[in-house]
Amino acid sequence: MNAPVIIFFVLAAMCVIGAISLILQRHPIHSALSLIVVMVALAGLYLLMGAEFVAAVQIIVYGGAIMVLFVFVIMLLNAGAEERTNVSKLAGFAGIPLAVALTGLLAAAVARSEDAVQAATQTGLPAPTKALANLLFQDFVYPFELTSFLILVAILGAIVLAAPRSES
Amino acid sequence: MVPTHYYVILSAILFGLGVIAFIFKRNIITIFMSIELMLNAVNLAFVAFSQVWHRLDGQVFVLFVIVVAAAEAAVGLGIIIMITRNRKTLNVEDVNLLKL
Repeated sequence: MNAPVIIFFVLAAMCVIGAISLILQRHPIHSALSLIVVMVALAGLYLLMGAEFVAAVQIIVYGGAIMVLFVFVIMLLNAGAEERTNVSKLAGFAGIPLAVALTGLLAAAVARSEDAVQAATQTGLPAPTKALANLLFQDFVYPFELTSFLILVAILGAIVLAAPRSES
Repeated sequence: MVPTHYYVILSAILFGLGVIAFIFKRNIITIFMSIELMLNAVNLAFVAFSQVWHRLDGQVFVLFVIVVAAAEAAVGLGIIIMITRNRKTLNVEDVNLLKL
């Protein structure tokens, strides 16, 4: 058991506990804070793998921008604790076994694929950010430009949806 | 070093927890957060495989997923604000009519 494996298990435990806490918390703001824990732990895992740029983007965009948006909307709508309803019990009977089966199927498929996945261990060598930039701005330049259009359309859509209706 | 399948199994577990949250939660904002959790789980698998094969395409994909998630969050939260303004509730079970 060397140091990276121990760090992995600590961060993985943070991820899983944060995700379970997201499910168990009744108040949306507590769920949002649990999700931030998951995202920061995932950024730590990216650093452990050596994907430094992705880790920085994860912290800045996910942990920063997107979660601030969520918390802002929760506070704007003055969301309270969610109430239990009868239909939720049906979700409990059908949902948990199905979700556990899905997770087990995915994990079993990974555990059985010996040659491709298990043989390869993470070296933890840092991924060169310069090579990432070259790839992003040369091979993937058209998708990159398209995402800027996507963001533009999303901004317009958010303004149109959330702006107060004019009396006309 | 850490075997890659640890990361992929963690990704599967996080995805499953996201599915459970999506099924269980009744608050529309929390359901939206569970979608973000599932996206994060997929990102973890992308980065793990990208680092194994020393190909950076997976990390470029993760950046695109993050951009799409940001756009989705902006539009989705706009929709949530409009639903809440019209229906005065955040519970998805009370939102069962297309037209008021």
